[in-house]
Amino acid sequence: MTRHLLSIDDVDAAAMAEIFDTAAEMHDVQRRAVKKLPALRGRTVINLFFEDSTRTRSSFEIAGKWLSADVINLSAKGSSASKGESLRDTVLTVTAMGVDGLVVRHGASGAAHQISQWVDVPVINAGDGMHEHPTQALLDTYTLTRRLGSLEGKHVAIVGDLTHSRVFRSNVKALLELGASVTAVAPPTLMPAGIDDWAKAAGFATSYELDPVLPSADAVMMLRVQRERMSGGYFPTAREYTVGYGLTRERLGLLGADTPILHPGPMNRGLEISADAADSVDRSVVLDQVSAGVAVRMSVLYHLLAGEETP
Amino acid sequence: MTEALGSLLIKGARLLDETTADVLVADGRIAEIGTTPGATGTADTTIDADGLVLLPGLVDLHTHLREPGREDAETVLTGSRAAAVGGFTAVLAMANTSPVTDTAEAAERVFDLGRAAGLVDVQPVGAVTKGLAGAELAELGLMARSRARVRVFSDDGRCVHDARVMRRALEYVKTFGGVISQHSQDPALAGPTACCHEGELSGRLGLPGWPGVAEEVIVARDVMLARHTGSRVHVAHVSTAGSVEMVRWAKAQGIDVTAEVTPHHLLLTTDLLATENGGYDPTYKVNPPLRPAEDVEALRDALADGTIDAVATDHAPHARHDKEHAFVDAAFGMLGLETALPLVATVMVETGRLDWAGVARVMSTNPARIAGLDSEHGRPLATGEPANLTLVDPAAVATVDRDDSVSLSRNNPWHGRTLTGAVRATLLRGVPTVLEGALQ
Repeated sequence: MTRHLLSIDDVDAAAMAEIFDTAAEMHDVQRRAVKKLPALRGRTVINLFFEDSTRTRSSFEIAGKWLSADVINLSAKGSSASKGESLRDTVLTVTAMGVDGLVVRHGASGAAHQISQWVDVPVINAGDGMHEHPTQALLDTYTLTRRLGSLEGKHVAIVGDLTHSRVFRSNVKALLELGASVTAVAPPTLMPAGIDDWAKAAGFATSYELDPVLPSADAVMMLRVQRERMSGGYFPTAREYTVGYGLTRERLGLLGADTPILHPGPMNRGLEISADAADSVDRSVVLDQVSAGVAVRMSVLYHLLAGEETP
Repeated sequence: MTEALGSLLIKGARLLDETTADVLVADGRIAEIGTTPGATGTADTTIDADGLVLLPGLVDLHTHLREPGREDAETVLTGSRAAAVGGFTAVLAMANTSPVTDTAEAAERVFDLGRAAGLVDVQPVGAVTKGLAGAELAELGLMARSRARVRVFSDDGRCVHDARVMRRALEYVKTFGGVISQHSQDPALAGPTACCHEGELSGRLGLPGWPGVAEEVIVARDVMLARHTGSRVHVAHVSTAGSVEMVRWAKAQGIDVTAEVTPHHLLLTTDLLATENGGYDPTYKVNPPLRPAEDVEALRDALADGTIDAVATDHAPHARHDKEHAFVDAAFGMLGLETALPLVATVMVETGRLDWAGVARVMSTNPARIAGLDSEHGRPLATGEPANLTLVDPAAVATVDRDDSVSLSRNNPWHGRTLTGAVRATLLRGVPTVLEGALQ
């Protein structure tokens, strides 16, 4: 394992397997009446969130607490620039309190990366702008692995607002590293700049159309589409988006009977995902993702912090 | 600084025609140029220029001196020091200070601060629009008629994006032979968060992209407006091959357009932002952004063939804390005055794309002409001309250390790079501002 988890680039397939093995053990703990493990007793983890988040912050908080770490949530909403304090000053102030690890969420791409260069404790990226959300990709691939076994040769469709999605950027790397093939599906306006060159170099496919991709998909990952993107001219109306790219009841017919459907949440029911898809008992793994999230984050915290000497 | 205007002899300098000569400077002018060694006589001070190249003093069309408003980042005095060390005898100080240089009084204030510093001629650039807001014309005529004699107008940092405003500005400055220096950035295509060349890398890094086309559509529009108005437009810091094509076409049509390129766009590329190269380092955040290698190559070609007229630094000092934000929030800009000449020497001369006469053209003669400073600066090396001169050691090899800078700021993208060519002496009207590479 590397010292920080800033990007999926920091974990290769072997490291992911290790994280998954530990996550599986942690997953069992979740079902116990007494959930605490002593692994991080005496350690302090700060959830430093510069951007609103309920589920990711809670997931990290629970994960830390079940490992017996002292977890403190710090909300630093609003850019530090607007408060006249540099990001570096904010972060150095927090770490000077004596922390053993930072879990960072920031609205700006690269923030976790920059922060890791300023502090001497492990940094876990809990989402940086449009860049990456590595623990989300780890919990998604962990969920898929439990469902499908090895992902080698499996075909995964990632569908939606690719441009603005850190979930996409982390997942495409994680899936490729685990041997899956990936098709990224979106209208051209919601595809990142230069994605054709990236796809060619990294070895994934892109498509402007969803229907031809679904029949061969072993799993479908739906991304959240923010309604405010319409005003940015990314697509004309919600109705038109749903017809082109929504996982509608009709499109479910193109999927296998037990093909897993993932969504990082929060879901826009009726826009990118229909109720029939979200609630499909045999296919939807949305709640499995949430529960896996805690286990995977326990595993990541354990691997990054348990070996660290207390300063 | 040295006050005595005694005579000064530059011994054995290489001139632009590759001959070697002794140059006698007296009363602020070139008194004599002698090609017979020893024949030019003696002087109060002698500079041994053996192996050095003598250039007309460098002129920078694009400098941010930050005063008034951000004296913690740079002042007219500290910026003048950096300019002198960099071999400059004149710099144009951009208008985006606080308050903005959009009145005659504001322009005269900067002008006077420059004269008080006395190291280079600081020529204020006036804002095109009041407060750089892009809506109403600033008092262009009053600035032109002021003691500062403003001739170059720019809303630099902001593009004059309204075509009607740009048209009127171009028409209006014809009265006094002014020029609009445009920061070409269509805000609809590259908005306030745009911070990285839009391409494969920005897509992967998730950084808001600043596409080349946002520059190119403005360059295209502005050359058409220049043709329509019969006025003169200057394209600031050209950064893409497409803009170069547009300028080349416009010049072929006889449109009165000039263009500049920064030293950093001649060498640095956008992939410096990739995580494998450190990742998201705001030292490399600049506007317009660093572009891919193909653009860099096109800019070098264009500078060599004359499509691009001038090298201009876009020297943009920033306090350290203004760069220590998340990449998208960090300030745009990098230092440039002290390293411009070595950069051009390394990128253009060492590679054979420009000779030293070419350097004189793009760093002195052309910028002086564009700025309307050509009665004093960018003059031929000839008897009777003002002794605004720069002596360069073309063979010097040095590694840049940001802590050696005389600027107040340290946002130096060249730190740790080894460059060829160094300024050894700078003379402003015959008075050495720099000798042996050190400020006097």
